[in-house]
This record gives sequence, C-alpha cells and structure tokens, in this order.
Amino acid sequence: MTTRTANPVSGPFVATRNACKLCTPLGACLAFAGVEGARTILHGSQGCATYIRRYMISHFKEPVDIASSNFSESATIFGGRDNLQDGLANVTRQYQPAVIGIATTCLAETIGEDVGMYLHEIRSQASPDGPALPPVVHVGTPSYCGTHAEGYLATVHALVSQLAEDGSQRDHINVFPNMFSPADLRYLKEIGADFGLPVTLLPDYSDTLDGPTWEEYQLIPQGGTPLAAVRRTGQARSSIEFTWVHGEKASAGQWLEEHFGVRNHRLPVPIGLRASDALFDVLGSICDRETPARHAAERGRLIDSLIDGHKYLFERRAVVFGEEDLVAGIVGLLGELGVHPVLCASGGDTGRLRSAIARLVPDQADRIQVRQATDFADLEELAGDLKPDILIGNSKGYWLSRRLKAPLVRIGFPIHDRVGGARLLHVGYRGAQQLADRIVNTLLESLQEQSDEGYSYL
Amino acid sequence: MSESSTTSDPLRGGDASVTPAVVREQLLRDYPAKTKKKREKQIVINDKQRDEDGSLQLPVVAANTRTVPGIITQRGCCYAGCKGVILGPTRDIVNIVHGPIGCSFYSWLTRRNQTHTPTDEHDNFMTYCFSTDMIEENIIFGGEKRLRQAIQEAYDLFHPKAIAVFSTCPVGLIGDDVHQVSAEMKKQLGINVFAFSCEGYKGVSQSAGHHIANNQIFKHVIGEDDTTRSQWSINLLGEYNIGGDAFVIEDLLERCGIELVSTFSGNSTYDQFANAHMARLNAVMCHRSINYVADMIEKKYGTPWIKVNFIGANATAKSLRKIAEYFDDRRLTENVERVIGEEFPAVVQAQRKYRPRCSGKRAVLFVGGSRAHHYQELFRELGMETIAAGYEFAHRDDYEGRRVLPSIKIDADSRNIEELRVDADQEKFRESDRQKGIAREKQGYTLREYDGMMAEMKDQTLIIDDISHSEAERLIRMVRPDVFCAGIKEKYSVQKMGVPCKQLHSYDYGGPYAGFAGAINFYEEIDRMVNARIWSRVQPPWENGSPAAESKSPLPASMAESEENTN
Ligand code: SF4
Ligand code: SF4
Repeated sequence: MTTRTANPVSGPFVATRNACKLCTPLGACLAFAGVEGARTILHGSQGCATYIRRYMISHFKEPVDIASSNFSESATIFGGRDNLQDGLANVTRQYQPAVIGIATTCLAETIGEDVGMYLHEIRSQASPDGPALPPVVHVGTPSYCGTHAEGYLATVHALVSQLAEDGSQRDHINVFPNMFSPADLRYLKEIGADFGLPVTLLPDYSDTLDGPTWEEYQLIPQGGTPLAAVRRTGQARSSIEFTWVHGEKASAGQWLEEHFGVRNHRLPVPIGLRASDALFDVLGSICDRETPARHAAERGRLIDSLIDGHKYLFERRAVVFGEEDLVAGIVGLLGELGVHPVLCASGGDTGRLRSAIARLVPDQADRIQVRQATDFADLEELAGDLKPDILIGNSKGYWLSRRLKAPLVRIGFPIHDRVGGARLLHVGYRGAQQLADRIVNTLLESLQEQSDEGYSYL
Repeated sequence: MSESSTTSDPLRGGDASVTPAVVREQLLRDYPAKTKKKREKQIVINDKQRDEDGSLQLPVVAANTRTVPGIITQRGCCYAGCKGVILGPTRDIVNIVHGPIGCSFYSWLTRRNQTHTPTDEHDNFMTYCFSTDMIEENIIFGGEKRLRQAIQEAYDLFHPKAIAVFSTCPVGLIGDDVHQVSAEMKKQLGINVFAFSCEGYKGVSQSAGHHIANNQIFKHVIGEDDTTRSQWSINLLGEYNIGGDAFVIEDLLERCGIELVSTFSGNSTYDQFANAHMARLNAVMCHRSINYVADMIEKKYGTPWIKVNFIGANATAKSLRKIAEYFDDRRLTENVERVIGEEFPAVVQAQRKYRPRCSGKRAVLFVGGSRAHHYQELFRELGMETIAAGYEFAHRDDYEGRRVLPSIKIDADSRNIEELRVDADQEKFRESDRQKGIAREKQGYTLREYDGMMAEMKDQTLIIDDISHSEAERLIRMVRPDVFCAGIKEKYSVQKMGVPCKQLHSYDYGGPYAGFAGAINFYEEIDRMVNARIWSRVQPPWENGSPAAESKSPLPASMAESEENTN
C-alpha cells in the first residue's frame, strides 16, 4: 500500500494528523479493569465503548468487557439518567460485580451530565426487592481535555477518593503504577514481596488482562485489586506513585496524603537504572532494608548489559514517542545506554515533558528536541531530517518506521501488530535490562540487514 | 405444517436435553423483566412453517432495535458505519473526522480493507487519519472555524479530488453546521467537499451510518461523470475488500468480460463513484449496508439491481450466472461457463480433501449484517452445519427476506435517519434499462429480491439478533460449537473456553475468502481451526468436573450451580 507524500506545507496545523494519543475514557477502562470483580460502564453512546473494547482487546489479546449506557438521540436532549439506571440494573443482574466503574464519554460531558447526582437519586429510589447495587465509582473523562493517560490517572484518583477509608495505620504500602504492562505489574508485586512489604497495587490488571485459559467459567476475569484493599489505601503507611509529568490534581497519592496523612513518594516511572534505583531506595527506606540480594544481582546484570550494549549504541540517534511519562522514562534509559534521543514526542500536552527529561538527563537536555501535543505527521516531518537510527514507541509508529527505514522497538500501548504486548517488561532493573537488549538487538538486526557482507559474528 | 420432520435435532451434538427452547430460556434467564421482554423478541427459534399455498412463513425477529443499556453489545455506532465501513475503503477522498480524537483514532486502519493504487503517484489517504481533535474551547464556543481550517489544511497538503467530513457525537450537540462549512469550502477550493451528519447516537448501530453514507454519496458524488459504459457493465455494491476479497472478484469479472464500473467501496476511488450511475446493472453483495444506493440509482437512473453473493464456490458460480443471465447474451454466458469450468476442479479437489475432516462439525455465526448469512455457504460446502446465527446490525429484511419490508414498523430511532426523496432524472434516466428489467422479470428473472438468512437456515435453528457478550458465553457452554465466527471483541473470550474463533470482520489477517480461490482458502483455514491440536490442551469449563459434564441431567440446574461457584 502506498501513500502519497504531502505537499511541502508548513504548520502549525490545527488538525491532528495521525494522532499520537488515545482518548480519555480508554485510560479509565484500563484502570477499572484492574479492580477485582469490576465492570465498567461508559456513560454515553455505545460506539465509544465498542471502539475502546476493540482497541484494548487487540493489544492485550484478552477479553475486555465494557458496557455502555447507550444514549439514544432523545437521551442527548433529555439526559441519560434513565439509561444509566437501566445500565446499572442490567450489569448488576448479569454479572453481580463487586464494583461498577462509570466513566463519561465526550457526549455525556458535552451535555453536562451530573453522574454523581444521578447515582444519588438512583440509589435512593432503588426498590428494596431488586438486586442491591454494588459500590459505584464514577469519573469524568471528557476527551477534549487530556488523553488516555489523564483518563487513567483520574480514574485511580477517583477510586481512591471515592472508596478509601480512614483508620489506624497498617503495614502495607500503596503502589500506584502508571500505564504499565501486566508483566510490569507482576514484577512490581514481586519486588514488594521480596522486600517483605505488603503491597496494595492499584490498579492491578496483571491477571485480568493477561490471564490463563479458563478452567472454570468466569463471568468476570479473576484477579485485580480487591475492593477491601482499595478501601484500605487510606490506612497505608505510605504510597508510591510514578509520574513526573502529571499534576497534583491527578494524583491518588497526593490525595491520600492530604486527606489521611499517608506519606506520598512521587517517583519517575522506574525505567532505566537510575529511576529504578530511586524506587528501590524508597522501598528500602520504607522498610529499612537493603535491596534484596536477588535484585541487587539483577542490578549488576543490568549494568553489565548497559556496558555490553553501549559500544553498539553510543551516539546512535533515537526518536521516542508515546505517553509523556513513558517517553521520559525511556529517555532516562537511553541516556544510560549512550543513545542520543534526538526527538521525544507525545500527543499529551501537560507541558511538563521537557522538565521531566531535564531532571532525568540534565547533561543531555539541551540537545533533545521535545514535542508535546504532537502527531505522527509532525513527527514524520521532523524526524526525516534528524536521520534516526531507531524508533521507540507503540505500534502506531509502524508507518513512520517504514517510511524512515528505521527499525521500531515496540513498547507501551497500543501494540496491535505483534503478540505479547501484555508481557513486555519495561520497569525495574529486569525491565531495563530486557529493554536494553531489545534496543541493541533491533539495531544490530537492522545493521546486519543493511550490511553488504552479511556478517554473522560480533 | 413444520417444514422439516427432524425438528428435534438437538443443538448440542448427541445431547437431546439441549433443545433450542432450553437454550433460549437459559439465555433469557437473568434479565430484569423489561430487558427480558425485549430480548425475547430478538432470540427466536427458526420455526419454518408453510402456509396453505406453500409459501414460507418465518417468525418475526425484532431486529434493528436499540440495545438495552448495560448489555455488552457487539454493535458500534452510526459514525463507525458511515466513516469506518462505507467511506473507509475509498482511497482518494481525504476523510476528516470532526470531533474529539478518539473516534478518529479508533477507526484508523482497523478494518483491513485493502486497496491498490495503479502507481505510487496515485493518491491513497487510507493510512492517514485526519481529525479536528476538538478541545474544550470548541465544545463551548463551537468548532466550525476549526473545521474550516482543517479542510483548508487537508487541501493545501494534498490537493485531493474530494474531502469528506464526518461528525461525531459532540458535534451534533454543539450545533456546528458541517454541511454549511463544507458547501462554503467546496466553493472556495473548487473541489468536492461534503459532510456526513453521522453522530454516533443516531440510529441503533452502524446501520444508521450506512444509510447516511449512502445518502450523501448519492447526493454529492454519484452522477457527476457521465462517461458511457459497456453493455455488460455492473457496479458491485457492498463489497469492502477485507483481506483482498474484491481483488478476487475483480479478476473473475474481468475474465468473464464483465466491466466493473465501481465497487462500493472496496478498492474504490472517487471517480468510480462519480460514474456509477452509468453501469447497466447493480449487483448487491451486502444487502444491509448498501441497498439504499441500489434503490436510489434505480429510481433516478433506471438501473435495475440484483442480489449476489461471492462467498462460497457455489454461490459465486450462481452469482456469475445470474449476471450473465440478466444480460442474456450467448457470448457472455459462454465466458462465464468457461471461467467456472476453469476454477471448479480445484474447488472440488479441495472439498474432497477437507470435507471428510470437517463434516458434521457445528458452527455458529454472529457477525455483521450479511456475513453471518453468506459464510454459512462455505460451511455447508464443508459439510458443516450452522446451528445458530445472528447479525450485529441487520434489519428484519436481512433475516426474513425483503417481502417483510412493508410490514416493518419504523421506530423513533429509524425515523431520525433521513430517507431521500428520489425522482427519475429528466435527462439521465435510461428507460431502456428499466424496460430491460421489466422484460427480464416477465421471463421469470428476479430483481430486487433477497430472501434473507432464515429461509436458508435449517428449521429449528437459533436466531439471535444483536447477541450480547454474556449470551454468547452461555450459548457456547450449552451448545459447544466447533467454531464460533465473530470479531475481535469476541475472539479471546470464546477461545478462553476452548472454542476456536474465526474473525469474519478482519479475517484474522487471513483472506481472501471470496470467489473460488477464496473458498479453498477458507476450507483450509477452517480445517486448521477445527482440527488443531491446541484445543485439546484447553480444558473447557464444561469438562472441569462440573456437574454439567458428569451427569446427563439437562443443563439449566447445573449451569446455575457452576456459575455460583465462580462468584
Ligand atoms: S467521543 Fe470521546 S470518548 Fe468517545 S471515542 Fe470519541 S473521543 Fe473517545
Ligand atoms: S463519540 Fe459518538 S461517534 Fe464517537 S465513537 Fe462514540 S458513539 Fe461513535
């Protein structure tokens, strides 16, 4: 399939051409998928739910079930209260969920639906003989403000601020990951366990979105953070959250600190050596322990692989794209590998990507082009002149990779042209080591392909 | 009188307790009364009766009605049907989605429709995803200015033949006049610019979007170019070139000497649409998505239409013959027979190989608005039986046949979709084509006819319209099909239960399945699926020492039990 190249017209463009972001409720659906026994309803027309399901399914290759309140044309005029009520009743009857998550679509937000008020009314009018409504968490996710990353964080925030309970302090810590892969989540739990720390990971879709075949029929896939654990986030001894680009408004950890005095540690996403060190240091300081031997060894292996990879990667030029936090994290790792990230880009628009990068790789910051609120068409125009050796980002970068003839290392979300996106590790020493190897090998493979000699020995 | 005497054929091979009535009851079991009342009319046993004069009587399926909130449906929205399905496969129109980013992102190259440009210099914008990406300010103050600017940008970048604008949900509410903006820009830029008011909340599914797309293409494009076409020229309507299907059909038609003026819309271009009214016959593949265009062209230009189907080797042969029969020319008939003769030996050979391996296995199909019907042909050719089927967004006529059209009640959701008033074009109407149609009909040839899915399905099979996610899971547990045909949304939950799932929207990266070569392709693939050893490694939920597996007791009680266990 060919695509004609565009006429040389210079931007800035008002239109988004080949977006490098997804919409807000998708992030909400991802977060709700990590709560045990949860079902999600998107409040709006059914198309959004169907599209988002389809997109998540093509990445995770797992069932993803999202209901909708199915607005009709008249609901757009008279409001969607009845639709929401019917939706809640049907979801409850069919699935007996432990929690129902409601996120709004652009449509509901445009007409100004007050979901909180509806829920209040619906509960107070519920007939005593009908099935009882489980706890319901709702979040406003208009896509015309923010991206899927904002939707995700807002939902974690909503879960905590609507469910967490005060009480005397317990032993556990809260970990609020970013949009990590199920493999990342499993690994974070493993790290916590090795420190001897009880961890409440919220959300935890490591099983629900990467589960085994079913031996028993499951109405809702097993796994996820139990409701009781979400409630207990208010009694944790501290919280760790991973974001350097999103503000306090989106922060579940901050909310708990303000309301229940749970100390919050705000870390960058733990990709690469130094960012992982920051995580291990915090964990160590919380429980006053050294990094467990196993992980210290993994750290050693990571450094070893950074050294091995360094000679092939030194001063190679990379273009990195995706969610802002992820991009910042990858830039940290690239700095350690000696790669020059010539262009870092995101469809997100927090305005903080540059400062996050500057904090992570201070010595490199002034030679990295940073683009926010950008799209793949912009990227293509910019990247062409930068002559990158390698691209790092999600599957949507495939066309860019094809046109620039630079290989793509697939990370993050969505990965819908490969299998195993859910099982890719990005975080911690182990994740960094695996990523570093993938980056080196992808580059070696492309050099090998291009070489005239066809060498097969390094 | 019931049509067949073997009405007690159990749905589940060998288990007499799983009757259609039992399955139906189980599917409806947990719904609140209001929901149940609605679903009862959409879950129907194909009770085929003959009345006194021998004509077939089918039960009514309450299709094309709004999905109940909270039911996880396969359906998408009006916009998906308009932009994703109908206009998506056309390569040289720049599509601009007016709305927030998601709607456009999600319909970006997700349908696997293919296209071939004659050279690299020709336009192909299908890999391009253009959105106005509205921000809060536009929601509050309106987005017309932004749209105008986006159209200008698309023009500056590509100088395309045409630009199409698609409204998503919020646009309808803030009241942007996309048609006005398009008309202005058309005047200003001197290229065709037209818009679709296909907001997702319109209608009940993609189907409304098909209709809106048909209307606008008819209004704004068809009839622009009057270049004359040959005596054996056709349009192929409702073929979207998933996995290269259209390429196979194009090749067959060409070898038969039939001129293909346009395809709606697989591998299509703007110019083809503009000239479509000059074809002498319309051949409709997917009746649901495109019958409006066939109908409107006939009214305005006189071109008759017939229903065809190129899925299945027999159906392909039949369709080619039907086209030849319409034109009624010995040379064409000979061409068609020659091509069928060239293709069929390989088909027969493949059937000999795969039939014994697949025969007797059972399929269920829940997909689209014609595929759940068309693909039954292929299973039949493999000796497989379709025991349950349903569409995602079809109407009653696609189930029960067009003869029920006069009795379809128009509800509030359908009433909102514009029905264009179309009159004969004073200059361009071809009376000769109309007369030809009338003459052919007098000789017993059927035009404008579609018998629907149910007439071809066996008596007492299950028809489930707009199947929900939980119904699909229950159905699988009860009838244990050998293959489940649906889409990506169903794929992984079906496979978790140890049943292979064939995607009939995107073909799982496979295809083509149309025509003779496609049929052979499909046989091979189904053989691979239903006979793959991997499934023996998945212990299906019903074999997990559950009461259902152990006792021969009818399912209802045991099902209730094992479901409780999982909670
Ligand atoms: S309307 Fe909003 S929520 Fe729905 S798909 Fe579009 S961008 Fe996403
Ligand atoms: S907002 Fe409307 S048009 Fe967009 S995906 Fe959702 S239902 Fe469809």
